[in-house]
Amino acid sequence: MMQITCPHCGPRAQSEFIYERTVDSVVPLDAAPEQAMAALFSRTNPRGVDEEIWRHTYGCRAWLVMTRHRVTNEISATRAVGPEALP
Amino acid sequence: MSGPTRDPKGATISFSFDGKTYKARAGDTLAAALLANGVGLVGRSFKYHRPRGIMTAGIEEPNALVTVGEGGRAEPNTRATDVFVYDGLIARSQNRWPNLSFDVGAVFSLAAPMLGAGFYYKTFFGSAKRWMFYEYFIRKAAGLGNAPTKADPDRFSQRAAFCDVLVVGAGPAGLQAALEQAEAGKRVILVEQDSILGASLIRDPQELDTAWADSAAARIRAAGGRILTRTTASGYWEHDLVTLTQRLAEPGEVPTNGVTQRLWHVRARQVILATGSIERPIAFAHNDRPGVMLSQAARTYVRRFGVLPGKRVVIATNNDDAYKTVQALKEVGAEIVAILDARPQFSAAAAGAESAGLPVWTNAVPSIVTGARHCLSGVTAIVDGQSKNWKADLIAVSGGFTPVVHLHMQAGGTLDWNEAAQAFVAAASRQNVTTIGGAANPDPVFPVTPVSNPKKSFIDFQNDVSLADVDLAWAEGYRSVEHLKRYTTLGMATDQGKLSNMAALGRLAEKQGVSIPEAGLTTFRPPYTPVSMGLIAGAGAKNAGAHVRRLALYDVHAAKNPIWQPLGYWFRPRAYPQGQETLAQAALREAKEVRTGVGMTDVSTLAKFEVSGPDAAAFLELICATTVSKLAVGRGRYTFMLREDGIAFDDGTVWRLDENRYLLTSSTGGADRMATHISYVRQYLCPQLKVSAVNVQEHHAGIAIAGPKAKAVMDALIKADSPRHMSTVPAEIAGVPVIVLAASYSGERAFEVYVEASHAASVWAACEAEVTAQGGSLYGLEAMEFLRIEKGHLVVGGEVDGRMTPMDLALDKMLNKAGGYIGATGLSRPALAEPGRRQLVGLEAIEGDIPEGAMLITHKGGSPHGHVSAAAFKILEGGSVALGQLKDGFSRHGEELIASSPTRGQEARVRVVHPHFYDTAGERYRD
Repeated sequence: MMQITCPHCGPRAQSEFIYERTVDSVVPLDAAPEQAMAALFSRTNPRGVDEEIWRHTYGCRAWLVMTRHRVTNEISATRAVGPEALP
Repeated sequence: MSGPTRDPKGATISFSFDGKTYKARAGDTLAAALLANGVGLVGRSFKYHRPRGIMTAGIEEPNALVTVGEGGRAEPNTRATDVFVYDGLIARSQNRWPNLSFDVGAVFSLAAPMLGAGFYYKTFFGSAKRWMFYEYFIRKAAGLGNAPTKADPDRFSQRAAFCDVLVVGAGPAGLQAALEQAEAGKRVILVEQDSILGASLIRDPQELDTAWADSAAARIRAAGGRILTRTTASGYWEHDLVTLTQRLAEPGEVPTNGVTQRLWHVRARQVILATGSIERPIAFAHNDRPGVMLSQAARTYVRRFGVLPGKRVVIATNNDDAYKTVQALKEVGAEIVAILDARPQFSAAAAGAESAGLPVWTNAVPSIVTGARHCLSGVTAIVDGQSKNWKADLIAVSGGFTPVVHLHMQAGGTLDWNEAAQAFVAAASRQNVTTIGGAANPDPVFPVTPVSNPKKSFIDFQNDVSLADVDLAWAEGYRSVEHLKRYTTLGMATDQGKLSNMAALGRLAEKQGVSIPEAGLTTFRPPYTPVSMGLIAGAGAKNAGAHVRRLALYDVHAAKNPIWQPLGYWFRPRAYPQGQETLAQAALREAKEVRTGVGMTDVSTLAKFEVSGPDAAAFLELICATTVSKLAVGRGRYTFMLREDGIAFDDGTVWRLDENRYLLTSSTGGADRMATHISYVRQYLCPQLKVSAVNVQEHHAGIAIAGPKAKAVMDALIKADSPRHMSTVPAEIAGVPVIVLAASYSGERAFEVYVEASHAASVWAACEAEVTAQGGSLYGLEAMEFLRIEKGHLVVGGEVDGRMTPMDLALDKMLNKAGGYIGATGLSRPALAEPGRRQLVGLEAIEGDIPEGAMLITHKGGSPHGHVSAAAFKILEGGSVALGQLKDGFSRHGEELIASSPTRGQEARVRVVHPHFYDTAGERYRD
């Protein structure tokens, strides 16, 4: 079980979080059809670092983006998303 | 060996083995106590039912596997070396019938030539008849101990902990490290799988001894450290999380506070592994017999337990450590009849033994031992190429040392080959873990080449894998160590190859003509030693694992003693039977009540979201595939939601309560998913919107009132004219503010009342009084299902099953023509408009009752064209009707099909019709 640093709550056990999807699977609201289809059906599956969307569901319930190495599980960064994280 | 091997004085604890009572001393392991009582034969091997004794003194024991305890507390396959005797312990041997000495299954031993490596593969690839022949015998013989059939009466607990340094293993290295760290101010946890501290100090007291171990432990505790004995670090997970399994009671023992084992999740900043090493056996013929023991184990029985495991002893070794065993045995008067040292030259230790008058033979490797079921009688060795024999009742063997690198490897660490020790040691790790002590620096050894008949020279004792099996696998083309493992089942028993892996690798490397590290190594995975399933389940083992969500009106329903229906985490009333009514009778009565009078039901579990703010309508038009912004204040509409790929995934209603405030409802079963979806869209996809979307599922309780008399009931309740169909008004019932929505799921004129959950009971009581006054009654989920099927309304999880588009469900006319909703792009995929898709249809029985879940076929033996998603019958007229999904169903109305459910043995002839069986004009729910 990984230890994930919630941008709001600090380091917490993975069991408090739920994995949602990879960032490259996100279909932006204004996506062109080709872009949407690529995100839905031809995603990459890198053996290495990837960006993933998680949620601190059993904690503060906020969403976050996490940069994780998919082999070693090394988490190099987590960042907050949502209205409060807007510049 | 015969008769007791220890002075019975001080043995006051009673235990039984195979029905016979013995005495043990406090602190004895079951293995030690059995040896003390002269019990040499302890079990039968898994495959060939060979007689087995006690080979080790630790968790690596492959032979002495017994069932400890009775009833629900019985623990099969317990290592006799890993259970400490308590008064009243009951142990039974395994894998034998009718008894341990006379075991019919031992005939498998005669069949050994047929049961070699790959037996199953070959049998399966042979003719089916062969397998049919073997199966009966194999099923009877399969498995080792029997799983208990009763529930475990004890509890398993779980606990989380954090520390700066976790030290695994309380031998001299682990104790020293824990002491240094604790006295440097670090938060330390030290774990030891044994019941006492000291590990190697217990069998080899030298400069340091167990007294030092105890004083070190006292200092660690004084510095704030925590020491856990009978606790095994069983798994090393991500980010330095280590799971510990702690025994609070011995196997089969009644725990003092009800908790038998505890699972710890320890997150450590740093982990120090002082896990030591496991001694290796040597391969020679019949090396699995009672009377063959590892050298350090023999020393442990002498020094720790005062048990003499043999009187005439042969020592076989390839290293110096075994000379300490010689010393220990001599101290208690055993006769050393031969020391077989595989090394060609005398080491200092060997020379010392020689000059002390002991019979040391160099270049000597045992080839075969002889004996009866219970004990050993002789040892034969090849010495300088010549065969020599000795009479002996024990052979203590040491084939070198395998560092315990399991946790290091589980942590993702790599290994280095230590040529002098012929062993893998821990190298780099991506986690914060270091290995110290004997595990990091194993003793040097001399590689032994077996000189025996490979057929009876076992390497994996627990799975009965011999050198011959490795040879056979090689001869049959298995080259990789991973394939060898699976083909021979080597290392796949509950001991996970702790004794066998290196011997197998050595043989494989020899065959390949490469070095051992080139031959490779299989991966160690958790757990290090077997873990009870109950421990993993924790409190969940006692049915507390599933969440229960209680309705706000739970007590109100419970008082009426309904039939409950589990629905996700909820329990909802399925029907309220009166007198002797069955479920079906009650549900039909309730449904008729709704069709002809009035009924009320609890709809509190529906998903509910309050969406407000200037961008509320824009946000809802992302979530919903229908328009929302055109709703006037006080109006509502049916809506549905799509996944990004265009497939429908939920439906509900949306209501404009105020200029910028909406209430969205959706299905009970999809509530959590919808909450996540709404949050994702709001937080991740459009954080810039000025909108708040709050989950109010449990804030409001919901009461539905439906039937021709529903309007009269509602008028009386709110003392005003009830809202028109698909309208909403704020109102008051019994002095409590409520929201009244006019919406119908049943097909009748109907209302939903939403009230703050804490006031639900009084509003429910007022509603029930008014409904009863009108001659109506309560209805449950079953009646609701009848009503909605007859009306042709969809249910999420039934018709909306994750495969259907709005077109397939005939909802496409309601799609927001402006697009822009989530799923609009996905819905435009050409494949979704192609013919051949399954479409929603109604089904009317021509003959028989339509079975739910049945496949729809055109003729017997034909392939399915669709299936029945929900079946019921016409509530007032009778007659079986159903909803289904049928390939190109829209254009097949009038066609006759067969609804066939072979699994239930039910079948009906059906006609494809429009999916609305009741009030097709939709007149009944309007004013």
